[in-house]
Amino acid sequence: MDQYLSILDSTITVSTPLVLASLAGLFSERSGVVDIGLEGKMLTSAFASASVAYLTGSPWLGLLAGMFAAMMMSLVHALVCVTYNGNQTISGLAINTIASGITPVLALAWFQQGGNTPMLDDSARFNDITLPFADKLADVPVIGQIYSGLISGHCILVYLTFIIILPAVTWLLYRSRFGLRLRSVGENPHAADTAGISVAKVRYLALLCNGLLCGMSGTFLSVHQTGFFIKEMTAGKGYLALAALIFGKWRPMYAMLGCLLFAFSDAVQIRLEGVPLPFIGEIPSQFIQVIPYVLTVLLLAGFVGRAVAPKAIGIPFVKSR
Amino acid sequence: MTDFAIELIGICKSFGPVAANRDVEMKVAKGSIHGIIGENGAGKSTLMSILYGYYQADSGTIRVGGRDTRIRNSQEAIRLGIGMVHQHFMLVDTFTVLENIVLGAEGGIFLKRGLSQAREHLKQLNQEYGLDVDPDAIVGKLGVGLQQRVEILKALYRGADVLILDEPTAVLTPQEADHLFRILRTLKEQGKTVILITHKLREVLDITDNVSVMRAGQMVGNVRTCDVDKAALADLMVGRKVNLQVEKLSREPGEVVLSVKDLHLKDHRGVGLLKGLNFEVRAGEIVGIAGVAGNGQSELLEVLAGMTEATSGEIKFKGQDLVRTKYRQPKAAALRKLGIAHVPEDRSREGLVKAFTTYENTILGYQCDSQFCNGLLYKRSHLVSHANALIQQFDIRPDNPLMRVGLMSGGNQQKVVLAREIHANPELLLIGQPTRGVDIGAIEFIHRRLVELRDAGKALLLVSVELEEIMALSDRILVMSGGEISGEVVGKDATASELGLLMGGGEIH
Amino acid sequence: MPRWAQLTILPALNLCAAMLVTGLVTWLIGENPLECLKLLIHGAFGYGEGIGYTLFYTTDFVFTGLAVATAFHAGLFNIGGEGQAYLAGLGITLTVFAFDKILPFWMLMPLCIIVAAIFGAAWALIPGWLQAKRGSHIVVTTIMFNFISYSLMLYLISHQLIEPGSQNPTTREFGANSWMPSMQHIGAAFGLDLPSTPLNATFFLSIVFCVLFYLVVWHSRWGYQLRTVGVNEHAARYAGMNVAKIIILAMCASGALAGLASVNELLGSTHRMNVDFTNGIGFVGVAVALMGRNHPVGIFLSALLFGALTQGGMDLSFAKPAITREMVWLIEGLIILFCGGLENLFEPFLAAFFRRRK
Repeated sequence: MDQYLSILDSTITVSTPLVLASLAGLFSERSGVVDIGLEGKMLTSAFASASVAYLTGSPWLGLLAGMFAAMMMSLVHALVCVTYNGNQTISGLAINTIASGITPVLALAWFQQGGNTPMLDDSARFNDITLPFADKLADVPVIGQIYSGLISGHCILVYLTFIIILPAVTWLLYRSRFGLRLRSVGENPHAADTAGISVAKVRYLALLCNGLLCGMSGTFLSVHQTGFFIKEMTAGKGYLALAALIFGKWRPMYAMLGCLLFAFSDAVQIRLEGVPLPFIGEIPSQFIQVIPYVLTVLLLAGFVGRAVAPKAIGIPFVKSR
Repeated sequence: MTDFAIELIGICKSFGPVAANRDVEMKVAKGSIHGIIGENGAGKSTLMSILYGYYQADSGTIRVGGRDTRIRNSQEAIRLGIGMVHQHFMLVDTFTVLENIVLGAEGGIFLKRGLSQAREHLKQLNQEYGLDVDPDAIVGKLGVGLQQRVEILKALYRGADVLILDEPTAVLTPQEADHLFRILRTLKEQGKTVILITHKLREVLDITDNVSVMRAGQMVGNVRTCDVDKAALADLMVGRKVNLQVEKLSREPGEVVLSVKDLHLKDHRGVGLLKGLNFEVRAGEIVGIAGVAGNGQSELLEVLAGMTEATSGEIKFKGQDLVRTKYRQPKAAALRKLGIAHVPEDRSREGLVKAFTTYENTILGYQCDSQFCNGLLYKRSHLVSHANALIQQFDIRPDNPLMRVGLMSGGNQQKVVLAREIHANPELLLIGQPTRGVDIGAIEFIHRRLVELRDAGKALLLVSVELEEIMALSDRILVMSGGEISGEVVGKDATASELGLLMGGGEIH
Repeated sequence: MPRWAQLTILPALNLCAAMLVTGLVTWLIGENPLECLKLLIHGAFGYGEGIGYTLFYTTDFVFTGLAVATAFHAGLFNIGGEGQAYLAGLGITLTVFAFDKILPFWMLMPLCIIVAAIFGAAWALIPGWLQAKRGSHIVVTTIMFNFISYSLMLYLISHQLIEPGSQNPTTREFGANSWMPSMQHIGAAFGLDLPSTPLNATFFLSIVFCVLFYLVVWHSRWGYQLRTVGVNEHAARYAGMNVAKIIILAMCASGALAGLASVNELLGSTHRMNVDFTNGIGFVGVAVALMGRNHPVGIFLSALLFGALTQGGMDLSFAKPAITREMVWLIEGLIILFCGGLENLFEPFLAAFFRRRK
């Protein structure tokens, strides 16, 4: 039982930055702007938040810094894609490459630790929170074990993400005026334009939300998970979040499930390292690592259901008169 | 004196050298159904776009409800109570009917309230006007007729008193069109004003109270519907013009080159685009297909050129069955090899690659021909001299084969396409809108070359919305309306009013 | 705006913008931008060994740049160069392991080159097919395939191909029959005393392919169809071209070219296959193609620029410990931004300038 709980526990932890980044991508792509730059924004915000958290000793200031840094990059993306009608994929690629370049340069120059930032004190990090009565209930069979082993003991960002942000984004997307307009701009910007909605304004707002969430995602990685910024620490998580978004057919709840699934396979892979399974023998960790990517390709190929992207995605909006 | 909902006085609008509207006067009575008819390019859409705020008139006055106004954008038009139902719907397919109606006028941050308000309002509108649509249906899954109703509801929801409908029956089946007319009559009873842009004479006579006729940018008639009949309208619409004189020797046409039997084409929704066409084209004759755009002529050309597969029917080229044969290469390429050449209707989208040079465009469609391609590489000098030869023959200007074709004028671009297709020495030449956007001098040149081809014993199928062109060039004229051939007329006996009648879906007595 | 200006002035302006921003960042971290620039240039071109390294990197980037450009001409965005080069490395390794004791150099080398191209093409074939036949967006599929290739190759190298007894994830050394002659050796045959660098004969191969690229894309039937599909798919269908087939073939050609970069790395330099030997050359290829406007001359010059940046950047990071090698990524990212995303930024000003001069 403990084994299973521990796998589920790390699933939740690993999935949190993915969920945040996935939701960030949701805002952008649902408004019609392709965003493959999640990786770069996560990396930049991881660096910014770790640096500021170190310098100020406050994880919350670090979080603000991370969100600000990511929002700046989202604004650049918005400038290129919305104002200048440039190639959205190339812009995302540029952001990733710039992030990979600028973060170790600044880190080395400011902290002289080989491209990393210094380790944060416990007080400057987001730490695991033990929920009330978790210790007392630890021995209660099933319910107590789940409460103390699985639900309790995560950092505030995890609770924020699953309890507040995910429902809020879902509500915003489907039950608010902003969400309706956002979705209309991503499906048929000409219809939105005729209805008097400013396509550019909606896309800029969407990208700001995108930056905000990416900032949280990156902050989680450095200010909570590792305690400092490591060169290239995102290691493809941004692309994984994009894959989860596509896998979740651009819907928040399904995207979250996709993130959980990918995080689960990651947790399982670590546990299975070097452990022979009955009949099959030892499964190389790399085989499990590829599962998220293979699943996404299968989905895109139409073999695992159909993934229909927002209709107007990737097409720069030019008023047709 | 009746109240006028809309008055347009002296409206002028030009796009560059083209005068789309010249001194147009129109008065729409309140609570009436007012029709505007005219051929393609007559200026109807431009006029309505000015009324709806997309364009600004160069000069003239607009009066709404008796008061002079300026309409700078569509928001102002909506505020004045003018609503537009576009020909191409502005709907979000993945949204429900309710969400589409409410988009842009949600009434607050919380959708729930706005949607329930809209639901109430919709029930009211249904009671008043009989516009029955399921508010929770997904728009993308609705039939075209219902989608149109949603567009109408959108306008009414925003308080439109004047509704402009642009070619509303173009996409409807006859039954859906009848439904629409019932709705329009109800709207009129409830005091709304409806402006109907159409080219279908039957509709105008069926439902409108007054008709304005436009031709070549000008208003040529404002009449009461009860005072006119189809023939009179057709006359006004196409006018009495002198035929463009083209020297044509009368010839006996030769054997049948192309034979089309019971040709059907359905789109992915199952809507019939071509409904059982039967005709032949012989060697040494020009068969002209007349009709207002959107009645199936474009689709016919695409099927004959091999770019679309027919749903059913028979097409025989020199005895060979084209529909049933399976080709290893794309059909368009195979048909070229058989001797069918194609001058497409939309030369800039299909007939040319604007970014390529002239000499590169002269081999488009023939890029694998042995006359151009000996071995692995092209010999550029060979291609250039070929292009130069064509430039000479067809007087293409500027005469630089290395120039990007996108920089040429429309007429010269068309000459490039024509030169290329004629040079291929086809047995059958399919041509769509050969002189669209072409200046007068080039028009004469192109017409002469087409007649030369015919005299040399080739078969030509000409599709054009320009009646004079059809009448000047064709030995036989087939008129298409609603996906069917509504009539056949011998070229030299054809009159404009006859053709106009057939084009409007009428019949000759 | 005249075409020559589009090919030279515009990229130069974009480069200046990128360098300006980089200079700003350099200044921000307390270093003198001009001094760093001097060190960079010297590291790249100032001495024999530096030039050798510069040209070695250039070779890689020429191939990946041509690869991206081939796909671009068909209207496709191939970001999968990394994975395609990686798989080509697998092909090379398998061929070498099978034949390096049996076949002589003059048979083994061409075989390796062909196999590298085939493996690279194969890895690009699936995304290409998915795009052509099922409409799957090629950008996302090639990104996914990159990641799949990383895992696949890590597994193969650390479990199957690893050098027996080694702790590092690397294969055994390739037999001498498979070694591409280094420039030093070639120079010695002509009596020239060249410094020892990884620069090898693949450099000449890259130039050959530049010429081939030019001939095929602008002077052959296939290139004509390729460009038509890329610029105007409707016209391509009108002209009877088999659009799906052309898209798939374009991706295969693209993958094959990316694969040739592995020849340079594995047979010309390291003589064994390491994990992650590709190290980002696929992405540099994107920058090179964008800056070089998909034309072989531009691509060669851009590849040279990036080769210089890579080598110069290395030397710079040794001379100035405060600056890491990753500074080159920053410049590269900025170039992608200005040449690719913001390419319309300077165009109106430049076009107006030319119009006034008329």
